[in-house]
Amino acid sequence: MATQLEQAVPKAANAKIRAVYGNLVVVEAEGRVVQNSVAYCIRSDGVRLLSEVIRVRGQAADLQVFEETRGLKVGDPVELTEQMLSVDLGPGLLGQIYDGLQNPLPEVAKQAGYFLKPGMYLPALSTEKRWEFTPKVSIGQRVRAADTLGTVPEGIFEHCVMAPFGWRGEYVVEKIAPRGSYTVDQEIAVLRDRSGDLHSVSMQQRWPVKRPLMVCRRRLMPEEPLVTRVRIIDSMFPVVRGGTYCIPGPFGAGKTVLQQITSRNAEIDIVIIAACGERAGEVVETLRDFPKLTDPRTGRTLMERTVIIVNTSAMPVAAREASVYTAATIGEYYRQMGLNVLLLADSTSRWAQAMRELSGRLEEIPGEEAFPAYLESRIAAFYERAGAIELNDGRVGSLTIGGTVSPAGGNFEEPVTQGTLKVVGAFHGLSRARSDARRYPAIDPLESWSKYPGIIPQADMLKMRRLLQQGNEVRQMMTVVGEEGTSLEDFIVALKADFFDNCYLQQNAFDAVDGATPAQRQKFVFRKAMEVVDTELKVQDKAEARRVMFEISDLFRNWNYSAEGTEEYNRWLQAIDEFIATKGQRRHA
Amino acid sequence: MRKYFDAIRRIAGNVVTVQATGVGYDELAVIESAHGESLAQVIRLEGQQVSVQIFSGSQGVSNNDRVRFLRRPMEAIFSEDLFGRVFDGSGRPRDDRPMPAGRRIPIGAPPVNPVMRHMPDKMIHTGIPMIDVFNSLVESQKIPIFSVAGEPYNELLARIGMQANADIIILGGMGLRHDDYLKFCRTFEEGGALGRTIMFIHTAADPVVECLLVPDLCLAVGEQFALQSKRVLVLLTDMTAFADALKEISIIMEQIPSNRGYPGDLYTQMARRYEKAVDLEGAGSMTILACVTMPGDDVTHPVPDNTGYITEGQFYLRNGRIEPFGSLSRLKQQVNGKTRNDHRAIMDGCIQLYALCRESREKRDMGFEMSEWDKKLLKYGELFEERIMDLAVNIPLFEALDRCWAILAECFEPAETGIRRALIDEHWPKPRVSTAPTGKEKAAKKDESKQLVTA
Repeated sequence: MATQLEQAVPKAANAKIRAVYGNLVVVEAEGRVVQNSVAYCIRSDGVRLLSEVIRVRGQAADLQVFEETRGLKVGDPVELTEQMLSVDLGPGLLGQIYDGLQNPLPEVAKQAGYFLKPGMYLPALSTEKRWEFTPKVSIGQRVRAADTLGTVPEGIFEHCVMAPFGWRGEYVVEKIAPRGSYTVDQEIAVLRDRSGDLHSVSMQQRWPVKRPLMVCRRRLMPEEPLVTRVRIIDSMFPVVRGGTYCIPGPFGAGKTVLQQITSRNAEIDIVIIAACGERAGEVVETLRDFPKLTDPRTGRTLMERTVIIVNTSAMPVAAREASVYTAATIGEYYRQMGLNVLLLADSTSRWAQAMRELSGRLEEIPGEEAFPAYLESRIAAFYERAGAIELNDGRVGSLTIGGTVSPAGGNFEEPVTQGTLKVVGAFHGLSRARSDARRYPAIDPLESWSKYPGIIPQADMLKMRRLLQQGNEVRQMMTVVGEEGTSLEDFIVALKADFFDNCYLQQNAFDAVDGATPAQRQKFVFRKAMEVVDTELKVQDKAEARRVMFEISDLFRNWNYSAEGTEEYNRWLQAIDEFIATKGQRRHA
Repeated sequence: MRKYFDAIRRIAGNVVTVQATGVGYDELAVIESAHGESLAQVIRLEGQQVSVQIFSGSQGVSNNDRVRFLRRPMEAIFSEDLFGRVFDGSGRPRDDRPMPAGRRIPIGAPPVNPVMRHMPDKMIHTGIPMIDVFNSLVESQKIPIFSVAGEPYNELLARIGMQANADIIILGGMGLRHDDYLKFCRTFEEGGALGRTIMFIHTAADPVVECLLVPDLCLAVGEQFALQSKRVLVLLTDMTAFADALKEISIIMEQIPSNRGYPGDLYTQMARRYEKAVDLEGAGSMTILACVTMPGDDVTHPVPDNTGYITEGQFYLRNGRIEPFGSLSRLKQQVNGKTRNDHRAIMDGCIQLYALCRESREKRDMGFEMSEWDKKLLKYGELFEERIMDLAVNIPLFEALDRCWAILAECFEPAETGIRRALIDEHWPKPRVSTAPTGKEKAAKKDESKQLVTA
């Protein structure tokens, strides 16, 4: 099968440029123009710039160009195709680093050096690499779209080679390749449709990025917790496999760090990172670290379960809009194999801004803060691509989407945050006050919410949430009446809320042990923290209460830093138990 | 043969629309008027109507003037002869010396391929504890100084520039007051850095379009030096003036403003420049330090807000000090794990305590009784501000860390600091025989708590 570039090449140029303004080009077309199809603007030096038709008016079409338009002239030829913007799907996606249009960046670097080169589009999947194919169907068997024809090992996974997703009805296997090694573009099967036409199938297929890919028996209720090993998320505001969540927060509150540690520690099969309009430096960290880090569950490097889609802020804006769809499509593809996929999009605000820039150029009537009126429906449609599904053969796969939001001024009352909150299942709101005080992760425990079940019993979780609320109320009261005006009882509630916050909700992402708490340990530590909170302290006055709570906080923190099963771990745990047993009078016991 | 177009259809703001053919988007043009020649850039093509933006403004341009297109985009000159020189926003010498000969390089070239970036791992020592200890500056970082008019931000910028010990300093001045420009010159001269400095200066009196080109020129030249394995430091001041210039021009171009009159692509425009900061795999690096003045000290203003989302942290300069809250270096984790084992703990611990001190201060200001704990915090806050936060403090990193430990020991019991025990055991200042009894008490208590744990 041909690459994106070759496939999209029509016979000849069939349009001419009439106007250029930023990345918007107006062309005069000769024949048929298909909305959202791919086009190429041909610069006078022969460079072909990938574009997409975004509006048709009579014989005039507006194109967004996915590259800088520098050098384009009125009258330059344009090739309009009838292809939608699509991605290549097949073995070899895992471990890859793509730009928003699925250009393999390491390959681009090999050919173009330090800088990106406009107009250079390379095949997304290597056509040289050979894969060990094992057929799973026999001649004469009937298959439907997305049925597995055979498998190839891809890292730790059995990559399913599936019948093309877009097909309707039943097909008969006319020919299937025997076990052996093949490249992605070699024919591995021939299928006959009802009318008797034969279709050649290879390991690679294409799918338009803006159309959701979901071939399944039914959608399932997402209920199985997705453990991220971030305590405040798993215990208080859980995420489930197939669910959606968002992380809005002002700059510097730790959105990206949270996404990074989730991408490392999440208990999931495949992680797709869509770095959308953010800093290149952050992606580099992932690029350099992941091949070195091992996934404790599989013993292989993290890179083998990761696909990175990079469209940083300096890269062309239009491709930024495409990049989240590219990521979602690849995620959906692996979900079709019965795998659990997590898509992390950072940041969806940049994606929304890309829409705004384009909408402005099109001179559409602006909505709130100049965002286009269709902003909310686009956000909703994107998050709806997540979900747990039961495949036609009964296996279950899921795609979870977590997006960060970067609200202007850190104010959540803005269109992107509000549009997102309506459609997600969990909200992890980051607060400036918490990050300023170095309370990380800076998820605000009073404002955040989740509609999903987690690993901690609901009642226990609610109890601790109530404690945090009470603590907050006491703190607020104290700013009015002062410490002396607060009863000892209330004062202790505030201290206990602080304790739970400091020692359980806060976590040091840069510590090898504290940085990732597995579910089992979380449950245990949570119960222990509850025991401490339930302990009626034997104290005389506020100063003593403070001292005692400092002590237990100190013990807990040190416990969090000790690896499970070590002598140190047991020693701290023993001291904590002693504290509980003596109601805080350990020193004098 | 030169081809001229003289059918000027419209003159509005800095934009002139002329009827022409065969013109490329983004290419340069020259307008010849009675006042001489001025450079312009193509910003819109529509059929035969070509809109160009005139760098020096459209004043004096008439509908009888003529336009010539240069068939090339905006370029900068690159050569070793640039050192010690000063240029304006369209790349012409500002220092009455001839234009240096050199290679022409395009500005606003495609970005670096992310896979060719090296992971930043070299700390830049500045001698300012609030930076070195709490928010370490890292080579290839892009970081702004947020401040309000009246703060000594340019002085701070120049000081970091001098002490950072880069191979090459490139200063981009936007909307700079003339005396600030002279001050920079003087600082670099006195520090003996002029020989490795290149300046692109747009002063408040210059045409607004030239302001937009200053960062591009600085970064294009800096990038070339980085490719030659040089460590380049680019200082940009003031990026708010740059954003305001963008606003002015986009409104003239009748773009729909998104927030407080700024164009919807403000983020992208600024990001494209800041993202030029890079540590190239196998070559040099470019670090960007910028000043952003916050109108009305409002960090939610679109310029500082968008900047914060683009840059790798920010330093808040307020009341002549770098604020510990809000200030952040996102890359510090890349370097501060390798300096000394107590670096991170001190960094977090001291700030957490300082945050508590602020709360106590608020309580005190409202007239509440101060507990023993509050009093400790108040004392800590004062010492911390005087010995660490003051901008006059100029000490190396390790000395600053030791100083932090000394302050902690002077104010608190070890367990109160929230720092983990192993580090306390290693770094807590050992009481000397000569110290007051409080020191001995502390030591005794420390031993006691240790025994309890080991018991």
